[in-house]
Amino acid sequence: MSAVISVKDVWKEYDDKVVLEQISLEIAPRAFVALVGPSGCGKTTFLRMLLSEEAPTRGAITIGGAPLPAEPGADRGVVFQRYSVFPHLTVLGNVVLGLEFKDAPILGRLFGAKRRAAEDEARELLAAVGLGEAENKYPAQLSGGMQQRLALAQALIAKPKVLLLDEPFGALDPGIRAEIHTLMRKLWHERPLTVVMVTHDLSEAFSLGTRVIAFERRRNEPSDGGRYGATITRDFEVWPKRIAGEPRPQKKKLMPGRDDPAPSGSLRDDPAIEGAAL
Amino acid sequence: MRLINRRPSLGAARFLAIVPFALVLVAYLIGSGVRLAENPSDKLLPAFSSFAAAIDRMALTPDQRTGDILLWVDTAASLTRLGAALAISVAIGLVFGIVIGLLPYFRAGLGAFVAVISMVPPLALLPILFITLGLGETSKIALIVIGVAPCLIRDMALRVGDMPVQQLIKAQTLGASTWQIIIRVVLPQSLPRLIDSLRLQIGPAWLFLIAAEAIASESGLGYRIFLVRRYLAMDVILPYVAWITILAFLMDRILLIIQTRAFPWFAGARAST
Repeated sequence: MSAVISVKDVWKEYDDKVVLEQISLEIAPRAFVALVGPSGCGKTTFLRMLLSEEAPTRGAITIGGAPLPAEPGADRGVVFQRYSVFPHLTVLGNVVLGLEFKDAPILGRLFGAKRRAAEDEARELLAAVGLGEAENKYPAQLSGGMQQRLALAQALIAKPKVLLLDEPFGALDPGIRAEIHTLMRKLWHERPLTVVMVTHDLSEAFSLGTRVIAFERRRNEPSDGGRYGATITRDFEVWPKRIAGEPRPQKKKLMPGRDDPAPSGSLRDDPAIEGAAL
Repeated sequence: MRLINRRPSLGAARFLAIVPFALVLVAYLIGSGVRLAENPSDKLLPAFSSFAAAIDRMALTPDQRTGDILLWVDTAASLTRLGAALAISVAIGLVFGIVIGLLPYFRAGLGAFVAVISMVPPLALLPILFITLGLGETSKIALIVIGVAPCLIRDMALRVGDMPVQQLIKAQTLGASTWQIIIRVVLPQSLPRLIDSLRLQIGPAWLFLIAAEAIASESGLGYRIFLVRRYLAMDVILPYVAWITILAFLMDRILLIIQTRAFPWFAGARAST
């Protein structure tokens, strides 16, 4: 199986401070990789390199076999913890925007039949993330969870091969977070996505990922003066194996009393997902 | 209860808002009354009846010589200059502000230059403008533009630079080009902020307008004030000053209304950052 993203001996240094050292990693197609680690361990820096927001000091990153482009592009979508959506556009406008960028290079706007087609496509995606009712609202009128749903829809309309998530659910309340985990799992199963997610929440990493990778500094003494960077210290395959497109058989049969807020199937009462089924 | 926690009711707040205006008015009336009692032909603090006569003469009755109503002629001349100058300044401020705030090459090339230019005192340039551009409308409009545009450029550039970097990255991951990012992300988010800084520049714009009109003009509100100054015509000057203040205040309010109507998302976005 050839890797979608391949990272070979990457180092990242700022001035003489080493942030990351000797990172080598192969990410399989359709994997859902969760990057965990203490704060300041460089996991977000690593994600920024995958995004081409920063370049590695040494080493090489390839994506689909080709060197990573020097700037962000439509092949890699992203959802940040904050500021992911555009405050001046409505929910619908935020999602249509990706199609307008693609099809209207000069005006950046679509009109007439093309616009209606783009809006229909965007509405479908909004329904899939449970925002069908909110298309005319502005992001500031949405709750944090709804904003992140919107950010997901907005990223997915560009049909990226790789979706990068930078602590996307870190600022959400636990209940909302469980709902959006269900959505995230559904989107990953349904769409041809490889996901790399940075999180500081271990349970989130294990409940969503197919693979959990821990970044850590092997030496972290103040007297080192930044001469040692973080590297990959653990690399778990999550068991039982999650396979994209094959939602896991329900544990509910084994544990009937359980009130897991994130089941899939006909019994769920998640309003957002119900909207999606319509 | 601490003073910081005590709030006036709505009625009390309105009353408190009126108090300073009323105090100034009363102070004027007393001062005027005292002086006029001493010398009925005193010109420095005219009575309100003289104001009424002057307003009637300037704003309601056509001028005997020209047949025009002077206040309206002056107002039209001044607002035309001000409008043209502010339109030019806004265009310059938007284009250069966005380009300097967003594009590193332009920031490197123009940032320091604009920072220095904005420190040149515009009124010191007025003689140069009169010499090179003549005494017509061009030099007056140019003075206002020189005074206002650099501030707008700098403010715009700062605000564009303050945009969360995540938004620019996000737009790129949606496949946007630099041009598309400018017209669909940066420009629409800059416009309401431009209105903010334009509101702050209305005061300076009037200052430059009146300065230019005072020195070389044949019409305009500033011209009229400096013309009748020769006759100590306080009965005309004070109503003109009040009129200019009202105009400036209305411009400020209108810009605020445009901002809330045309950019309904802005209040919420500002509150959440």
